[in-house]
Amino acid sequence: MNPPVTAPPAATAGAPPEPTGRPSGRRRQVREIGVLLAVVLLVGATWLHNPGFLSSQGVRDLFLGATVLSVLAVGQALVLITRNVDLSVGSVMGLAAFGTGILFVTFPGLPVPVVMLAGVLIGLVCGLANGLLVTAVQVPALVVTLGTLYAYRGLNHWWAGGGQVNAHDMPESFLTLGRISVLGVPLPAAIAVAVVIAVGFYLANYRSGRELYAIGSDADAARLSGIPAGRRVIVAFAANGALAGLAGVLFAARYGTVDSTVGTGMELQVVAAAVVGGVAIAGGVGTVYGAALGAVLLTTITAALPIWQINQFWQQAVVGALILAAIGLDRLLALRTARKLRGGGARGA
Amino acid sequence: MADDRSPVPPPLALVDVTKSFGSVRALRGLSLHLRAGEIHALVGENGAGKSTLVKTIAGVHRPDGGQVLVDGEPTEFTAPADAQRAGVAVIYQEPTLFPDLSVAENIFVGRQPRTRLGTIDRTAMRRATREVFDRLGVDVDPDRPARGLSIADQQLVEIAKAITRDARVLVMDEPTAALSGVEAERLFTVARALRDGGAALLFISHRFDEVFGLCDRVTVVRDGAFVSCDPTGDLDVDTVVRRMVGRDVTSLYPKEEAGFGDTVLEVEGLTRHGVFSDVSFSVRAGEIVALAGLVGAGRSEVVRAVFGVDRHDAGTVRVRGEDLPAGRPRAAMAAGMALVPEDRRQQGLVMESSIERNATATRRWALSRLGLLSSRAERASAREWGTRLQLKAGALTDPVSTLSGGNQQKVVLAKWLSTEPRVLFVDEPTRGIDVGTKAEVHRLLSTLAGQGLAIVMVSSELPEVLGMADRVLVMHEGRLTAELDRDEADEESVMYAATGQRPSEAA
Repeated sequence: MNPPVTAPPAATAGAPPEPTGRPSGRRRQVREIGVLLAVVLLVGATWLHNPGFLSSQGVRDLFLGATVLSVLAVGQALVLITRNVDLSVGSVMGLAAFGTGILFVTFPGLPVPVVMLAGVLIGLVCGLANGLLVTAVQVPALVVTLGTLYAYRGLNHWWAGGGQVNAHDMPESFLTLGRISVLGVPLPAAIAVAVVIAVGFYLANYRSGRELYAIGSDADAARLSGIPAGRRVIVAFAANGALAGLAGVLFAARYGTVDSTVGTGMELQVVAAAVVGGVAIAGGVGTVYGAALGAVLLTTITAALPIWQINQFWQQAVVGALILAAIGLDRLLALRTARKLRGGGARGA
Repeated sequence: MADDRSPVPPPLALVDVTKSFGSVRALRGLSLHLRAGEIHALVGENGAGKSTLVKTIAGVHRPDGGQVLVDGEPTEFTAPADAQRAGVAVIYQEPTLFPDLSVAENIFVGRQPRTRLGTIDRTAMRRATREVFDRLGVDVDPDRPARGLSIADQQLVEIAKAITRDARVLVMDEPTAALSGVEAERLFTVARALRDGGAALLFISHRFDEVFGLCDRVTVVRDGAFVSCDPTGDLDVDTVVRRMVGRDVTSLYPKEEAGFGDTVLEVEGLTRHGVFSDVSFSVRAGEIVALAGLVGAGRSEVVRAVFGVDRHDAGTVRVRGEDLPAGRPRAAMAAGMALVPEDRRQQGLVMESSIERNATATRRWALSRLGLLSSRAERASAREWGTRLQLKAGALTDPVSTLSGGNQQKVVLAKWLSTEPRVLFVDEPTRGIDVGTKAEVHRLLSTLAGQGLAIVMVSSELPEVLGMADRVLVMHEGRLTAELDRDEADEESVMYAATGQRPSEAA
């Protein structure tokens, strides 16, 4: 508040007329630019501190590190926007990673793309099950996916029976996927970037994409508007599952060794990345670009801390502070926007 | 128009429709024929089943019995999407917008204009929004989010949404409740144009001047059942009111003359930057003071600031001579103030909670023993007020959302009256309430004033202001422009002040 301290009757009631513009659009961009700026600052400062951070190997590591988390964050954003949440993504990713590995072991003759597709399909089926449970049983997604988090993990343990799949069980052509580069960008990272752009474009420019926002904004109004809310939510969960499957496949390709614990605890990092990137837990707000940038920021912090010789244990505290800061910032901006809109509304009509 | 028994079947008809919610029979064998090229009015008291009827037409509710006919063919609407496909568009009484989406997207959600690639054509969408806004005379930026729109603007966006559907059947459930006279008149022009284009319109309103000015035919319903259907020309207001309530309404504005006591509330130089400025007035015990003005003049905002819901930047509020701290509703309550807000659903009630919970929400502490809230005490208190206000409800444990608008308003009133206030603020006390209940609310306010309560009433309905108030304060763009005594106030003087056109400050 900075009213000019003049006593005379505030003319036609203070404030310059109609600064309307596009507050929400601007707000979202501000968030994404803010996160991007944080990444750039962090990378820049760390590089000044230790130029080795941006060696070609360092850059590769940064990219690869962010890949899995960004793909997961994009999927999670789809679900969060509809005012749901999927806590089972870590387990789904683990299941897909292990499934990919075991397929190579059981059917060594299968072509690599078929196996990769199978990994994605495993995720799709898991996500579909989540979506059907949430919409059909009408139980909050938090509860349903907390259940499937354990169910899918249990399935994975039973399937693996304590064993693991090692790199020498997988074809070389699959493992090199993690190493080859496209224009200097590692292939998995390029895939992630493509996914982000494709999903972002879809959400912004297609009816069904915008309807996800509508559902998260007000589910009852969505129903009255004739939006097939149940179907859209199921599709969002299924797409999220498929992306978690893709993340599992990328994980297997990169590390070569998978057991039944892959992705454990990943779900909270994913939600954190999306929230830091400006996707509202309450639904209806946020973009996948923001979610992906949030994922990049979180992985960059993890990578930068050792270079600053800060104990890894601090990583969690930093992430926590970041989430609180992000939520605080959201609230502040929302209040400011509300005040601006309120002022405008009082004079209109 | 509307030659009787036309061979063409009506685009939409309901035949003998019944619908029950638990033990409440909302519709009992109701029939309604909406003909092409006709504006059909549906009138009835609150709780008569109008909204249920609308939701049946819209595909939200499925009837238990009876038929929905589209072009004479029995049809089953299983979801709103089915009704929309059949060419039905509905303007709901309570706006159903998406706060996070832009205004333009709200209007076109699910049917945005598309480019050849199947992506949303934002330019076309914005242009179409501007076009429909021009037709309605609305000045709202299509790109702004719907969050924070005033109720009037929300209603206009709803109307724009329905109109752009090019529907064969357009249902309007109290579309004018929040609109100013000019806005309503523009809506009627559009409605007449749609009628002349062959659409069938259903218009629901509690304002008889609108019903008689706009509609070709009037159907009256009572207690979920059909009462009558006649051409407007064969009816007059008295007949319609008698059929609606099933009895004679003695008087809509049962104003009791009462002596005034001491000044209870004094407001001086109250200012909130950008919203209102330099508002001063006082209210005596036993007096009803009305705050009149156009929607958006800042009346509700003044009331909210006096009560302490919003902060104010300058000025003082005194209750019985004592300064009230700014921005502290709890202090206001302790000083004996009560506020019945404008938007029942969002500000006045917890819709999912039971009637008794809501009715006693202001007295949680008084009804507690050792810090534990006893549900027996809650129930007893709620029952007492339910009887006093003639609440019509199934059981006091039902969620408030199951009540009709008028009965919801009674619950809000009960909640505040039970605190035994000395100053009562009521913001649009009878918005969306039927004639019968309206008179009850008015009688109640009048009785309360007679018992020495000071009442500040914000109202957009001129007859209500003139009928009820001892004194009328008129606001225009955030300032008080007139203070009129009961005998000075008439439609002309209030409207002049409300539009800011006092002869003295011409130009």
